[in-house]
Amino acid sequence: MQPFIRLDAKVAPLPLANIDTDQIIPKQFLKTVEREGLAKGLFYDLRFDGEGREKPDFVLNRPEYKGAGVLVAGDNFGCGSSREHAPWALMDFGIRCVVSTSFADIFNNNCFQNGLLPVVLAAPQVQQLMEEAKGGNHLVTVDLEAQTVVSPSGAVFHFDIDPQRKAKMLSGLDPIGETLQARDEIDLYEMKRALAQPWLEDA
Amino acid sequence: MRSMPGKTLYDKIWDAHVVGENDGETILYIDLHLIHEVTSPQAFAGLRAHQRAVRRPDRTLAVADHNIPTEGQGLGVAAVADEEARLQLQMLERNVTEAGIEFFPMGDVRNGIVHVVGPEQGRTQPGMTIVCGDSHTSTHGAFGALAHGIGTSEVEHVLATQTLRQTRSKNMRVVIDGQPAPGVGAKDFALAVIGAIGTAGGTGYVIEYAGEAVRALSMEGRMTLCNLTIEGGARAGLVAPDATTFDYLRGRPASPKGGAWEMALNYWQSFFSDPDAAFDREIHIDAAAIAPLVTWGTSPEDVIAVTGRVPAPESFANPDKRASAERALDYMGLTAGQPIAEARVDVVFIGSCTNSRIEDLRAAAKIAEGRTVAPGVRAMVVPGSGLVKDQAEAEGLDAIFKAAGFDWREPGCSMCLAMNPDKLAPGERCASTSNRNFEGRQGRAGRTHLMSPAMAAAAAIAGHIADVRDFLR
Ligand code: SF4
Repeated sequence: MQPFIRLDAKVAPLPLANIDTDQIIPKQFLKTVEREGLAKGLFYDLRFDGEGREKPDFVLNRPEYKGAGVLVAGDNFGCGSSREHAPWALMDFGIRCVVSTSFADIFNNNCFQNGLLPVVLAAPQVQQLMEEAKGGNHLVTVDLEAQTVVSPSGAVFHFDIDPQRKAKMLSGLDPIGETLQARDEIDLYEMKRALAQPWLEDA
Repeated sequence: MRSMPGKTLYDKIWDAHVVGENDGETILYIDLHLIHEVTSPQAFAGLRAHQRAVRRPDRTLAVADHNIPTEGQGLGVAAVADEEARLQLQMLERNVTEAGIEFFPMGDVRNGIVHVVGPEQGRTQPGMTIVCGDSHTSTHGAFGALAHGIGTSEVEHVLATQTLRQTRSKNMRVVIDGQPAPGVGAKDFALAVIGAIGTAGGTGYVIEYAGEAVRALSMEGRMTLCNLTIEGGARAGLVAPDATTFDYLRGRPASPKGGAWEMALNYWQSFFSDPDAAFDREIHIDAAAIAPLVTWGTSPEDVIAVTGRVPAPESFANPDKRASAERALDYMGLTAGQPIAEARVDVVFIGSCTNSRIEDLRAAAKIAEGRTVAPGVRAMVVPGSGLVKDQAEAEGLDAIFKAAGFDWREPGCSMCLAMNPDKLAPGERCASTSNRNFEGRQGRAGRTHLMSPAMAAAAAIAGHIADVRDFLR
């Protein structure tokens, strides 16, 4: 996993609530067996018209937001399907951080598996960031160590994050490798379970 | 001295699966891991890259459901026309064969939608932890199992370790009391709950459904209710196991047999919320007050009674929500204030892991029997599994549907997410028994109205969204 420490990047506003993973990456891109190359499908129906031409007014197609690294979006970002293709596509496109008032549970987990930082701020702060992102200067700083987002106008917003998740994000550790260190405990659990629930052993 | 406070059903399942604590996270043992072709290939690739093995192939079950065609399945995977879909299906087969995982390939009568197959085979059992790379894994909570969707990295984690790193959720109880009116059922309960709490209302919670109206539901109905829990944002839904659950499980292929059955029954009966267990949030709904419901917008929380009118965007206080409602009306081709029952439908889809079980098909067939699909409407029925299809055919339901003008298809996810050839054309309006009305979900620029199987059948006959109560006899 790619670690996330600090990011200076353009922020793009997406002022809609309930942006679901079907919008983030539509199903026709889920037939891949790779993790890479999904940027082409990101927000496909928002970015392109029926003939595959770029819609010039969609935020990520506008020249002033080219290369944006941060998205600020409405409530409940990432709801819907469990597809990890959503964070993969965002990352492949160059987005490393999404700011919203809330994230759907599975999407939130998937972000932490991939080094994409979901930042939860209070509604007025998200609104302020949204307004500023629409203005002339779009640069923000996201500092995971300090747990702050610095808005284009210099306003500093503090965010909360689970300390374990923060530590993992900062270091980019492999969680499977870590869990495998608990192999003895898993063995022991399985032995006990085999005695208590033997019907699960010969399925 | 005060005694220990009671535990919720969720807490009991959680406590029974703790392997250890690590860095503030709990390593939770997973009893059953369901996999399918779309969210597993990168996980197997990850295992290979690290030279890791599948720890418990025997606790894993694979199906092919998301992108399979719903005709010609007997011809086998090599005949699947879509090349990318075919490759994904072949890769699944290769991966599970190599790992020794039980697999029901396309065309096998036991194959079907993963959340139909698990319960049908008796793989889903009370008190278990169950995960799958699919958000509607919440379906299995109907058995009193803690079941939820995971991403592909977590699929890899479970394959390698048979555990998941988790933090505990909060407890919510949704009590549905009273008796529903005729024509109102589990799908309406579920939509009523989402309408009440919103699509993010359950975030951070596991929901236990309780109350007289929930107890009275069949296993099929409970699965519908738990299936839609994820649309309310909760991690999982639960119904405590009872006689209905045990009757359903008795004699299933993977259910315990003989002496083991008694032992299992004993164990399963310990999974219920203690009377003095505390819930962080509690919601009460009166089943008698629920009308048949439909969605008008592009989020499952956009729910109204079939007798209602499409709301105006100005009626929403939150500005993002207002913007989303405006966008939704435009996308759906609806006008604020219009009666929803005026909306004409082009397509009717009866299927998906929400509503493709035998009871759903019976409910739809009851409405369709002796009637005809309205001219110009394309109506399809897609059973949830080969076994459901066989059962329906044995009961003559296929004949009823076909006589009425419905297309009787082979099992799979089909038009629930339109990864296979079953899709809406841009602008087409669909009465659908599935679970998501998101933009483009059933085909680019397609318009989805969620409703129950009986309501969908009524819409097919009427040619527009219709009140099922006018069709009851
Ligand atoms: S039927 Fe639909 S919701 Fe259910 S598993 Fe298939 S695609 Fe997902």
